[in-house]
Amino acid sequence: MVKARMENLTIRYGKHTVVQNFSLDVYEGEILGIVGPSGCGKTTIMRALGGFINADEGEIYINDTLVYSVKKRVNRPPESRKLGIVFQDYAVWPHLSVWDNVMYPLKKQRVPREQSRKMVKTALEQVRMTGYEKHMPSQLSGGQQQRVAIARALTSSSDLILMDEPITNLDAKLREGMLDEIRMLQKRLKTTIVYITHDQEAALHLCDRVVIMDQKGKICQMGSDEEIIQRPADQFVFSFIGASNFIPVIEKSGRYYLWEAKEDLCYSNTLPQGYHRGARNMMGIRPLDIVFDDTSPVRAVISQAVFLGSMFVYFVSLGGRELRLHRSTLDSLDGREYSEGDQVGLRFINEKYYQAENAGVSI
Amino acid sequence: MLKDVTKRFTTKTLGTMTAVNHFNLSVSQGECFSLLGPSGCGKTTTLRMIAGFEDLSEGEIHLGGKPMSIRAKNYYVPPEDRGLGMVFQAFAVWPHLNIFENIAFPLKVKKLARHEIRERVARAMRHCSLDGMENAYPSNLSGGQQQRIALARAIVTNPKVMLLDEPLSNLDPKLRESMRFEIKKLQKEFNFTIIFVTHDQSEAMALSDRMLVMDQGEIIQIGTPTELYNKPINRFVHSFLGQSNFNQMDIISGKVYPQGNHAAPLGISAPKASKQMVLATRPNTIEMNQKEGFQTKVIKRIFLTDFIEYIVALGDEIIRVQTPHRNFFRAGDTCYLRFPSPIWYEVGQIPASVGT
Amino acid sequence: MKLNFVRKNNDLARLDGKRFRMDNIMTFLSFLILTTVVILPVVMIIYNTFWDGSKLDLEMFARVILREENLAAMKNTVIIGVIATLLATVIGVFFAWLLGRSDIPLKGLMRWLFSIPFMIPPFLAAMAWDMMFSGRGGYVNRLLMNVFSLADAPFNINTVGGIIVIEAVYYFPFVYMQVVSALQRMDPTLEESARISGAKQWYVIRKITLPLTIPAISSGTLLVLITSLSNYGIPAMLGYSKNIFTLPTMIVERVNRAGGDFQGIREATALSVVLVIVVAIALFVQRKLLKTGRYDIIKGKSMRPALIKLRAIKYPLLVVSIVFLIFVVLTPLVVIFLVSILRAYGLPFSIENFSLINYQKIFVNNKAVIDSIKNSLFLGFSAGIICLFLGVMLSYVIYKIRPKGGGILETLAVLPYSLPGTVMAIGCILAWSGIVFGITLYNTIWIILVAYIARYLSYTLKSCSASLQQVHYSLEEASRSCGASHMESLVDITIPLIKPAMVSSFFLVFLPAMRELTTSVLLYGPNSRTLGVQIQQLRINGYMTQAAALSVVAIIIIMVSDTVVKAITKDRKGI
Repeated sequence: MVKARMENLTIRYGKHTVVQNFSLDVYEGEILGIVGPSGCGKTTIMRALGGFINADEGEIYINDTLVYSVKKRVNRPPESRKLGIVFQDYAVWPHLSVWDNVMYPLKKQRVPREQSRKMVKTALEQVRMTGYEKHMPSQLSGGQQQRVAIARALTSSSDLILMDEPITNLDAKLREGMLDEIRMLQKRLKTTIVYITHDQEAALHLCDRVVIMDQKGKICQMGSDEEIIQRPADQFVFSFIGASNFIPVIEKSGRYYLWEAKEDLCYSNTLPQGYHRGARNMMGIRPLDIVFDDTSPVRAVISQAVFLGSMFVYFVSLGGRELRLHRSTLDSLDGREYSEGDQVGLRFINEKYYQAENAGVSI
Repeated sequence: MLKDVTKRFTTKTLGTMTAVNHFNLSVSQGECFSLLGPSGCGKTTTLRMIAGFEDLSEGEIHLGGKPMSIRAKNYYVPPEDRGLGMVFQAFAVWPHLNIFENIAFPLKVKKLARHEIRERVARAMRHCSLDGMENAYPSNLSGGQQQRIALARAIVTNPKVMLLDEPLSNLDPKLRESMRFEIKKLQKEFNFTIIFVTHDQSEAMALSDRMLVMDQGEIIQIGTPTELYNKPINRFVHSFLGQSNFNQMDIISGKVYPQGNHAAPLGISAPKASKQMVLATRPNTIEMNQKEGFQTKVIKRIFLTDFIEYIVALGDEIIRVQTPHRNFFRAGDTCYLRFPSPIWYEVGQIPASVGT
Repeated sequence: MKLNFVRKNNDLARLDGKRFRMDNIMTFLSFLILTTVVILPVVMIIYNTFWDGSKLDLEMFARVILREENLAAMKNTVIIGVIATLLATVIGVFFAWLLGRSDIPLKGLMRWLFSIPFMIPPFLAAMAWDMMFSGRGGYVNRLLMNVFSLADAPFNINTVGGIIVIEAVYYFPFVYMQVVSALQRMDPTLEESARISGAKQWYVIRKITLPLTIPAISSGTLLVLITSLSNYGIPAMLGYSKNIFTLPTMIVERVNRAGGDFQGIREATALSVVLVIVVAIALFVQRKLLKTGRYDIIKGKSMRPALIKLRAIKYPLLVVSIVFLIFVVLTPLVVIFLVSILRAYGLPFSIENFSLINYQKIFVNNKAVIDSIKNSLFLGFSAGIICLFLGVMLSYVIYKIRPKGGGILETLAVLPYSLPGTVMAIGCILAWSGIVFGITLYNTIWIILVAYIARYLSYTLKSCSASLQQVHYSLEEASRSCGASHMESLVDITIPLIKPAMVSSFFLVFLPAMRELTTSVLLYGPNSRTLGVQIQQLRINGYMTQAAALSVVAIIIIMVSDTVVKAITKDRKGI
């Protein structure tokens, strides 16, 4: 069942079009991540869903009810859209206690006293904040305030919750734990969650389905975490997920070269897997997927070597260009040391190929 | 010219607290040396003592063979006479002077001739990629540019020793890499000694020729970054320098078994004849494959930017393994682990609480 | 993200019909009130100066300006303003340095002494100084004459020089406050990096610390300059007897002499325009001279700059400072008190001459005094409440509704802050003397109230808008998403969060209104005297000891209210 639907949303700020023809369905019971760099419009979409922004075109349905439509002149105010929202800065009201914060939505919905007390207690249990009822937000840590915000979103609507960068302001140590808590909460309550963030690690960790947007507000890929990591749809997604190298590939007489058709830039004599025949190809390869191999015909010189502990970072130059290479500490345990100025052979593993025309963002 | 920074028996007592305790260090000329430790460990205090902003309670400091501070003789050279260059954490670029004036300041103090000042400032600016910006004012500039102004100002007097206080922590991650490179380049060209302080272990390891880890005023280990990373002397250093797994192992008849599951041995040699030891491993030094090794199951999979992290069962406990994206498993899959570089510690040691 | 914020509120406003109308009403009201209260008086001043009812009349303006006594007043105003400001700056910076950067002891005591001038109205302080040093009758003069067997009074405070000194000594805390905060919170690494670069301590102060504190110094200086140029109380108390006038006192004198005659009032109006021009020039010159950029020298770190060790001069400096402060701050209070318990003014201070008769005289059967206290309380309270509500509404309109022309609203509301109180008062006379819509408020207490509202609105606006802007819009959006309508959001969330600012806004108006003189001296009628006016009247009519007694009462009221305010606002948890 579709919990929320956005159809052909277009939102402009003056002359600047932030979101263009955006359509997305949110299914019941899923955690959907909307991920993209800052300025891609993801927050704008969330605010349109919440009713704080009016789109210039398009329609929004929540729970099969039309809540917004430019054509049909429908615009339900935020208070009647029955959503729960967790804001980036938690937005926990400092002058109300934890109990009053979580109780507030129920007061507004005029839920009878006994019932609302039960619901608040349950919500606080779900986020493990029982016992903090009388505390004021200023007495709580960031993580605890976050949980209060989630509890309040639950009492506001246990159906559909929007989360805007909820863990960004937490300490690094707490982030992973909080993501796990959100996941477990969702499993218990079967709430639908829309999770908006620029942090692709968090999104891939938590969400069932991830939507990746680029700076222009376009949806580049939609899928499970596995699909996105293993089969990034285009160059933008590839580079968004992690560090990457992009190399234009030249094919000449059945041999495949990097950048130019030179002998020491020939990396394959057979058709590479995933290569698009008859088109210009851009190779996307992760730094960890370029390895040192003395037997490889591709030769490069190390221009910089940095030890970061968990891995070595090498910048190698070949053909007048530079590539970035990571070597995990595990591999370096073989005892070989590589320093600046060394000549090395390079082998490429697990590279992806994109057609250069619709390559998306080129780095 | 061998240059030593020697600190002997330095005890600085703040009230009843000892910030730095009997600290001994020798840094060679041209070396890049870092002091690494959690906040409050005394590293900044030590740096400030080298700079001369704090005086010692006991001990001596010498720079370039010349004494700077000798507590016993009440001898103390103020900061302005120590001939150092220093870059502060928040850059400390003066907002009321333009870039040229900022960088020229140390030379003006020395009362050098105008044309010489101009030359040296221009040279410093060139080395720090600030060409053409003489008349700009710092407040409009980015963090990275302000950092470079601070660097240029520090090198313009050709100091023999440069002190850096958390040099990269105020920059965003992309900038950190390029600044690292620039600092190293500068050091090669001008051949000064760098002593810097940081709480970020990757910064320390990336930049230093040698480094030390300290805690609560005392040095715990000194060595090269690879030495410290691969052969940490105790759990504190091990966990401070990077992610660690600490798993308690049972040793029976010379074979190593995980606690709670003695079905199969780990396949590594046992350290000595003890019953229990703690196995310390780094997530990225464990090999995980589908063929051979210690058999176990994948519990969870977490995607990280550079690696995939797998949480894998090890007896009663779990162990984290980081491996490239192409090494692919799903939760519940069977996998095999091999441990090429195990490190052993006694039971009961305390790791660092990495509170970055 | 700023775009986001603006647009969001417009949309929120468009969302439900009811809201829309409410916003409109509030905006309209804001414009209406500000026009009436601020624009009207200003317009009337300009109008009356240059228009004699039927034609443009520049002649009167020129005539007024060039009259000798007016020229003298202008000269005095400028000289006093400039020199007092310079003096105050030097003293203020000295103490800021002493307390902010050196290791001098007894800092707490000195800070406490600094806070006292803020509690005493300038005219009371001036009155006390007058009692001490005015010619041969001044008490301290008499003491010195006795002790040193002098033939003539050593100090005469009723001179331009005297006014300058008193103003400097009274206003230097303004400069002190600004500079000490800058010095104490300055990022210490700015100076440390200079020292590492080879500069000795003094060089660092000269080239680094001082230039970086100039913005703070200049904002303090500006405050003193404007206050001095606009001040009525000190020149009134000290200069009147010797016919030394400044523009504000000359204006009041003109109005009093005119006795209701319109032409006289017109001349006073012309002088007001001159005063405004002088203030405007001062502002302009100051801005040009010190190209102030707000340097971001304050970092959030908890490290403070190291204190400079004074060594040899520590104790001499300490003694000099404490003596100076005690003399400057405490002796006026002591003198007022002593005079208030004298049987008759002029008698020496000795036990047999002390009695409480003056207090009896001012309270028992003294309708004038009791009325003046009642009036001041009423005015303070009403002005406080009205300014509070207006301030909240205005800041909401300006910063949350953001209509077109919001900038105009903001300018209008803050304009009276830079206009001298005397000028605003004249404008109010002109506006509310039956000329506009036949409304006559002159000689009633209401005209004073209107003038107070115009004068103090900018205080509450600044306070409330600072607080309002701290209420992040996500707090309101959160309540909307929890089912609260816009109105409910305001009542449940926004208002409670700015309550602390609202409370302190009230007192920001109540306290100054209670003790002010500058505005009410022009606007009071037979039944609408304020406390300040009553004290002045007592003095003018020769009842020095009663004036002193009433002053003591006024000071006690002020100190008590100040303490109450501090206690209330300390407990409140802000955002």
